[in-house]
Amino acid sequence: MKNLNIKKQLPLHLMILPGFITLLIFSYLPMAGIVIAFQKFIPAKGLFGDQKWVGLKNFKYVLDMPNFDNIMWNTISIAMAKIILGLIVPIIFAILINEVANSALKRGIQTLIYLPHFLSWVVLGGILIDILSPSGGILNSLINALGFEPIFFLGDNKWFPTTMVLTETWKEFGYGTIIYLAAITGIDPSLYEAAHMDGANRWKQTLHITLPGMRMVIVLLMVLSLGNVLNAGFDQIFNLYSPPVYESGDIIDTFVYRIGLLEAQYGVATAVGLFKSVVSFTLISVSYFFAYKFADYRIF
Amino acid sequence: MKRGKLKKVSVFTIVNNCFLVLAALLCIIPLIHILAVSFSSSSAAAAGKVVFWPVEFTLNSYTYVAKRAAFWHSMLISVERIALGGFINLVLTILCAYPLSKEKKDFRFRTFYAWVFFITMLFNGGLIPWYIVIKQMGLLDSLWALVLPGAVPVFSVILLLNFFREIPKELHEAAFIDGAGHWTTLWRVIVPVSTPALATITLFSLVGHWNSWFDGMILMNKAENYPLQSYIQTIVVQRSYSMLSRQEISELATISDRTLRASQIFLGTLPIVLVYPFLQKYFVKGIVLGGVKG
Repeated sequence: MKNLNIKKQLPLHLMILPGFITLLIFSYLPMAGIVIAFQKFIPAKGLFGDQKWVGLKNFKYVLDMPNFDNIMWNTISIAMAKIILGLIVPIIFAILINEVANSALKRGIQTLIYLPHFLSWVVLGGILIDILSPSGGILNSLINALGFEPIFFLGDNKWFPTTMVLTETWKEFGYGTIIYLAAITGIDPSLYEAAHMDGANRWKQTLHITLPGMRMVIVLLMVLSLGNVLNAGFDQIFNLYSPPVYESGDIIDTFVYRIGLLEAQYGVATAVGLFKSVVSFTLISVSYFFAYKFADYRIF
Repeated sequence: MKRGKLKKVSVFTIVNNCFLVLAALLCIIPLIHILAVSFSSSSAAAAGKVVFWPVEFTLNSYTYVAKRAAFWHSMLISVERIALGGFINLVLTILCAYPLSKEKKDFRFRTFYAWVFFITMLFNGGLIPWYIVIKQMGLLDSLWALVLPGAVPVFSVILLLNFFREIPKELHEAAFIDGAGHWTTLWRVIVPVSTPALATITLFSLVGHWNSWFDGMILMNKAENYPLQSYIQTIVVQRSYSMLSRQEISELATISDRTLRASQIFLGTLPIVLVYPFLQKYFVKGIVLGGVKG
């Protein structure tokens, strides 16, 4: 009986084998490579070569860097602002779009607002650099025409973080809206009819039926976004920042890239990366736990 | 009669519709602007006269790009990457999702494999160890470096395994009674009824491969191996001209930097803009499937 079982299950093992091996090599081997964080790593000796161990020296080096607090602050503040706007804006848009009666108009609006999500930050970066340029960018031409001073959105430390948060929200709000709209579609229409009979106007209906109907999804997305507190958006910032705005725009990921790949300080960069991974891992685990508990969310 | 109809349209509806139309336009205006710049004469673009319509229409920047071998070479690498990477992603996703969709009594190691897959979504080694592993595998500067590290899209696997589970059990049982094994059942029964889910994950994977730029930039030492988005990142966004020949740089001086950049950026988005309207409904379905379930 047991033999039969193994024979029956063998094809399943074979099917999953290629994917399993790929993950071992490209996901688990790099996890083992975290040992670099505790070494004075010399690439020529290889990943598991005879490297010199330095204990926690790399971590201490990073913590003593004068700009590390700044980088942490930039990362968390930009990420938090993105998370908050990324939750609120789509909820508002989903509710407003749901009020549109004309279905062609509704579909048209939806089609356009999802589009930026599918474009890469490389091309959007190129586009934004052109549009936001203080010399001849259309946005600054408009600001000029209205009689204000041009704003150097991407080159001014006062403006850079705000620009990052707003452009990210602009790119992604359509994507979030889809999920909330789906949640609204799932609300029982008879609830609205009953409320209408009782004399509730649209605003009252939104407040007492639509929002409560979306509650589960809102809680779920809120909890799941918790894992992103240290993800301020490498793709976006890397494509839009420049040395003058490192002060306000440098985040953990861009910092790791610079000290790791450009300055070849592998040990230090891995230490910073490990710190980030551990914090993110903890946050994601906690958020999945809460999502499971409060929203009955399961991955598989 | 007409008055009665007009009365029904409330102020809220008008304001709301106008607001939403404006917001929707705001999502596409930047693209239209770039397109207009790319078709304008260099002097008009430099003077900032172009808004949403080309000024002094010309194809100069496009003919210049067309002559540029490096651009087309990068485009070719992107196409190869999409074909190879998309195919590998699809096959591996199917092969991994099927066993994972089984119940524990039918596949005893399911929980073990599920955790192996899931953990990679929670934790990773970080940039440097990842880079060194790929380097030591000897993959730098080859197309494989762009497709193998991401060969198993775990998110898509989860999406597909949840889809597989919704398929009525009777289908499996009928196939087994007819003497089919797991392989036959998967390819002849399960895959054919899963086209909507397969379309969704394939689209995700193709868009992902087209839009990737960072891996190309750091894993390719030679600039001629860059896929298109990495090329655009270095030449157009970063404006690092070190990878251009001297002749190309002198040619560049004769044409407006701005219109040239605009045309390359636009060409970089073109495939997505072209297929997007047709594929949008699949994306929506896939996002909703993957974003919220259970």
